[in-house]
Amino acid sequence: MSMPYYVSPEQVMKDRAEYAQKGIARGRSLIGLICTDGVLLAAENPSKSLYKIGEIHDRIAFAGVGKFNEFDQLRVAGIRHADIKGYTYSREDVDARSLANLYAQYLGQVFTHEMKPLEIEVLVAKLGFKDEPSQLFQISYDGTVVDRDNFVILGGDAQPLLERANETLVEHYSIADSLKKAVQILQGPDRTLNSGDLEVAVLQDRGSRRTFYRYDRDMLEELIKA
Amino acid sequence: MTLPIFSVDQDPGPDFKALLTKYKVNISGDIAKFDASDIRHGTTVLAVKTSEGVVVAGDRRATEGNRIAYRSMEKVFAVDSHSAIAIAGAAGPAVEMVKVFQIQVSHYEKVEGSMLSLDGKANQLSQMLSAHLPLAMQGLVVVPLYAGYDLANKTGRIFSYDVTGGRYEEFEFATNGSGGRDAKSLIKLNFKEDLSSDEAAVIALRALADAADEDSATGGVDAIRKIYPIVVKVTADGFYRYSDDEIESLINA
Repeated sequence: MSMPYYVSPEQVMKDRAEYAQKGIARGRSLIGLICTDGVLLAAENPSKSLYKIGEIHDRIAFAGVGKFNEFDQLRVAGIRHADIKGYTYSREDVDARSLANLYAQYLGQVFTHEMKPLEIEVLVAKLGFKDEPSQLFQISYDGTVVDRDNFVILGGDAQPLLERANETLVEHYSIADSLKKAVQILQGPDRTLNSGDLEVAVLQDRGSRRTFYRYDRDMLEELIKA
Repeated sequence: MTLPIFSVDQDPGPDFKALLTKYKVNISGDIAKFDASDIRHGTTVLAVKTSEGVVVAGDRRATEGNRIAYRSMEKVFAVDSHSAIAIAGAAGPAVEMVKVFQIQVSHYEKVEGSMLSLDGKANQLSQMLSAHLPLAMQGLVVVPLYAGYDLANKTGRIFSYDVTGGRYEEFEFATNGSGGRDAKSLIKLNFKEDLSSDEAAVIALRALADAADEDSATGGVDAIRKIYPIVVKVTADGFYRYSDDEIESLINA
């Protein structure tokens, strides 16, 4: 009987992380920004129907990069979690932090126990209410959670975007201004993105209970050019 | 609570009620024998079609047998941006049904990324009613009116139901509850095609006043406590609830 090769746990984890990172870097980037009047989520996404950004609950949005089927499963699970919680307790008891932690647990679980890690990175965005500030939770393929109070960049080749964002985003801006800045950060100096290449949604108080609004292409065109 | 992730063959899809069942949340448990008159009941509700969409209205009284249990009950609710539901019957289960229905509609929209059609929503309500039938047989009858603006066909539509979940589309108006017959005769006399929302709201208020006149379980305008009937309109612009001030001026119109 032949002995199986010994592979150190360290090496296993390294390989898995590398595998996941590669998968995520292949996709295009997404940016989440906290604005003075809401939260803006913008992604480079040429598809008109396969969305990366989605509504979870009244004041919570989801965004994912990487493998579509993998993050979409988490999006749906998030909606279910939020709606069951809102039904059992009260709508105001649905919070983004606990959802971010559940995602983190799941991603961490898959990363350590399954053959293949999930090749995704997800964002849970919460629109602030009264004294509570808006928040962005970034959850990586290995279950690491980071919360940001200004902006977050997911997927693609994030490093140059991060540098551009650090230069451009020094405070909170209005949604309209943030959108223009987000497009600049996503496209970089050598390319131009137009409304057909983008998917944009906001969390914004407009007087109703639900705060998630998706910008359609025409509206986006107008806002980018304005 | 863990993340609700299901295997492919166990997945409830966009159905919120099926999801609740998976979570064993008890939505209609068995109950022992009881006297139905001990349960709170809500009474007159109505819907009228207009040139812009629909107007839905309801009185504010809830009764337990021959006693007034609650004076400011709300029987008309927004289901989503373009539809409204009005309830008559046992108040507890009716309000619960509305709550599940509201969540179901937005749950579907979020999971699937598109809104259910008005027919689809009306059908969902029908299924919830037929699931409720065992409780209705014990006296906890719930009969809603569902009305909304059909974005696909650009018109207002009204659906009435029976306890078994039977769904009937009404083309002019519908009323429900113990004062429904009184309200209906007034609407019948005043209804014409192409009413504006405000005109329909005036007729609705008069019909509710008539019902309150004749039926002890229907509440009238309570000017001292400032409790007015609830009147809403649903048009292409969406759901709108008339404010108390607007209702006061409509009553005096």
